[in-house]
Amino acid sequence: MMSDGGFADMEQHNGMSVTPLLELRDVHKKFPGVHALKGVSFNLKPGEVHALIGENGAGKSTLIKIIAGVYDFEGTYLVEGQPAQISSPSDAIAKGVAVIYQEFNIAQDLSIAENIFFGALPHDKFGRVRWKELYRKTSEYLEQVGLHEDPRKKMRFLTVAKQQMVEIAKALSRNAKVVIMDEPTSALCGSEIENLFALVRKMKSRGVGIIYVSHKLEEITELADRVTVFRDGAYIGTDPIAVLDEKAMISKMVGRELTNMFPKRSAHRGKLALEVKNLSTHKVFNVSFAVHEGEIVGFAGLMGAGRTEMTHAVLGVDHRMHGDVSIYGVPLPPNSPVKARKMGVGLVPEDRKKDGIFADLSVSDNMSIVSLDEVSKFGVIHGKDESGKIDSLIRKLTIRTPSARQKISKLSGGNQQKVILARWLLKKNLKVLIIDEPTRGIDVGAKAEIYSILNELAQQGLAIVVVSSEMPEVMGVCDRIYIMAGGTITNELQKDEFSEETILSSCIDIHN
Amino acid sequence: MNPNVQEEKKNSGRLHGRLAKMAESEHAALLLALLVLVVVMSFLSPYFFTQHNIMNVLRQVSLQAIVAIGITMIILSGEIDLSIGSSQGLVGVIALMVLNATDSLFMAFLAAIALGVFIGLINGLLVTKGKINSLIGTLGMMTIIRGAAMVITSAKAVQTPLKSFKVIGTGYWGPFPIPVIITVVLALLFYFILHHTTFGRYIYAVGGNGEAAKLSGLPVGRIKLTSYVLCGALTALSAYILASRMNSGQPNAGVGFEMEVIGAVILGGISLTGGVGSLIGALIGILILGVLSNGLILLNVSSFWQDIARGAVIILAVYLDTYRRGKQQQKLVQATK
Repeated sequence: MMSDGGFADMEQHNGMSVTPLLELRDVHKKFPGVHALKGVSFNLKPGEVHALIGENGAGKSTLIKIIAGVYDFEGTYLVEGQPAQISSPSDAIAKGVAVIYQEFNIAQDLSIAENIFFGALPHDKFGRVRWKELYRKTSEYLEQVGLHEDPRKKMRFLTVAKQQMVEIAKALSRNAKVVIMDEPTSALCGSEIENLFALVRKMKSRGVGIIYVSHKLEEITELADRVTVFRDGAYIGTDPIAVLDEKAMISKMVGRELTNMFPKRSAHRGKLALEVKNLSTHKVFNVSFAVHEGEIVGFAGLMGAGRTEMTHAVLGVDHRMHGDVSIYGVPLPPNSPVKARKMGVGLVPEDRKKDGIFADLSVSDNMSIVSLDEVSKFGVIHGKDESGKIDSLIRKLTIRTPSARQKISKLSGGNQQKVILARWLLKKNLKVLIIDEPTRGIDVGAKAEIYSILNELAQQGLAIVVVSSEMPEVMGVCDRIYIMAGGTITNELQKDEFSEETILSSCIDIHN
Repeated sequence: MNPNVQEEKKNSGRLHGRLAKMAESEHAALLLALLVLVVVMSFLSPYFFTQHNIMNVLRQVSLQAIVAIGITMIILSGEIDLSIGSSQGLVGVIALMVLNATDSLFMAFLAAIALGVFIGLINGLLVTKGKINSLIGTLGMMTIIRGAAMVITSAKAVQTPLKSFKVIGTGYWGPFPIPVIITVVLALLFYFILHHTTFGRYIYAVGGNGEAAKLSGLPVGRIKLTSYVLCGALTALSAYILASRMNSGQPNAGVGFEMEVIGAVILGGISLTGGVGSLIGALIGILILGVLSNGLILLNVSSFWQDIARGAVIILAVYLDTYRRGKQQQKLVQATK
């Protein structure tokens, strides 16, 4: 493998005059209610690892989707100096752009070989697949990425790390000149990460340009040549890694004092509200924890650690095999989300679009849906009681919508999230609120608002569970943190023990 | 800016918004289509726009409209029921057999409704407890029920000598045919149920996003089951009226009926993916197909051509539904990152 020095030499030879593989100039992207990208410029040179950093919702994913041809946009898109018409993902692929998404595009029940050559299987003129050729070629590419697996093996029998290598092999097989990697290490452990880095350096040495999106700044320091920072959809700047340290990156990303984001907590622990004892489903094992009145308890862990599954286990969405859940000492019967709702347990789910909103319904119908039985008699709804409360909540949570009758799908992500929060706040007997990734894909401003709402709710005596992958969030909002890994709780941290290092090391303990 | 001017602007904006909304509304487009159809038919046939014919059309469509109310609820909840046509056959046959055995209209009616409820219950349990895809589950039921009707009657119609049986299907109340009155009452009742009861709101939520409904603790299974049972009962009522009109129980009554009704409600804006559409739209859809059918008969178009026309309209309806969904999807993709 070529060393880093090889790249540095090339850089010196070509100087800055080298034509970028890909260049975007003054790109704008608007969604209803959100100006997601405000005049972003970006370029990628051959043999370069170009890191994109910024908080969630800063505009990284939007830019990636524009480069990949998923979104249309305003602005200029050049490939090797020539204006390119990229209006669909297939246009981007034809220009040599490959994206390795956080969640891979994999046909789990097809072989490795078929996944790599998906849509481009070698065949004769009658359309019969040349299997031997397919497997031979696949083996070559697997060799290149250093994956020693049978090309006939089905994808579902590979680990996440190996599936990712197959995705990279797929990119190589298409002669990708630009490879975009979105949070590639989020589900990998130590040695797997090392493998991936080696592979990235190998691609780099061949002149492939790599766009690397990550939250992990130490990875960026290790791997990247240049770093571009986004904040709230705006382009902040591009610098060589040599002039940036982690502190400088953070201050560019945040652009303000972090302490403003999180309201001061004065936790007053009340009665035991939610108690979970030895809870097991087919996805989580022996989970025990407790949440008191007025407390905000966090759940941290890596992707796939079983946190969302834990929330489903508590609610009874997944079949309970073992264990007890009780609300203020009253046992919650198993396997009944309906009972959980009636007993005052609410969930704000992780995937807002898929599991949270009723896209075809109005803001007010979305809000009232879980508390309709409180404003109805014999199933008939008293409209007036309902709408008064809805209007006051819209004002209280500053939900930006032209009216309560607006379709929820027309609101921005942050406002949709507030509507789903309001859905549970409308419920009179709400006792426990479980929020899975409270601020995913939300503007920074709305984030701070949601944090202060949560804080206020806790002060009013609600017991709150926050599942979050964002380190600053979980540390800034919560009074206690449980760490999950491999479907079970591995550690519990008190406020004075919070630090990114302890949390991260507990998160990955079980992997090593 | 002068506050009065501002207020004025706001008001005119609101008015403008309302007009725009009306023009955008699917009901407006549907009503327009119905109106055009009525005007065209009136020109083509002098007989079309007579009181007698209009009442005839209404009586005709009331059989479909009653079932359309039920199927609308099922489709809104994200499921489908293909067994409604066969049910018409079996329920009619059983009603006549009970009538002949007991000489009691009441018992015959009760048996019909009970059978409808039972069929709906089975359909609903297959879907909610059995977790069987509703298209497959009710397709199986459709065949089973038709088979049962044939077995019971040896494929022969069941007649009755009782004169009073004909009243509900063929009688009048004032100038209005009795089935039309029944349909209007039911339409009003179910409009209220869909818009002003928890059950109605849950139907839209469950069909719009089943996963979100489940995670929010809504009784998803119970809502679907109830929709099936209600649809079963409404189908039985329609079957009873049909049997009364024919003064007999025909084991092959209602062949192809499910496609007519489902096609019509989709034409009326009920989305096959669930959660979208209104009862008013569905009933206008029924009226459009009814008027088309009647007009074609008056114009002496052969029944085979009528089949072709009806099929084409149904395909058009599904195409429009898909197109509409595609547009919505686009909007949704743009609205969420």
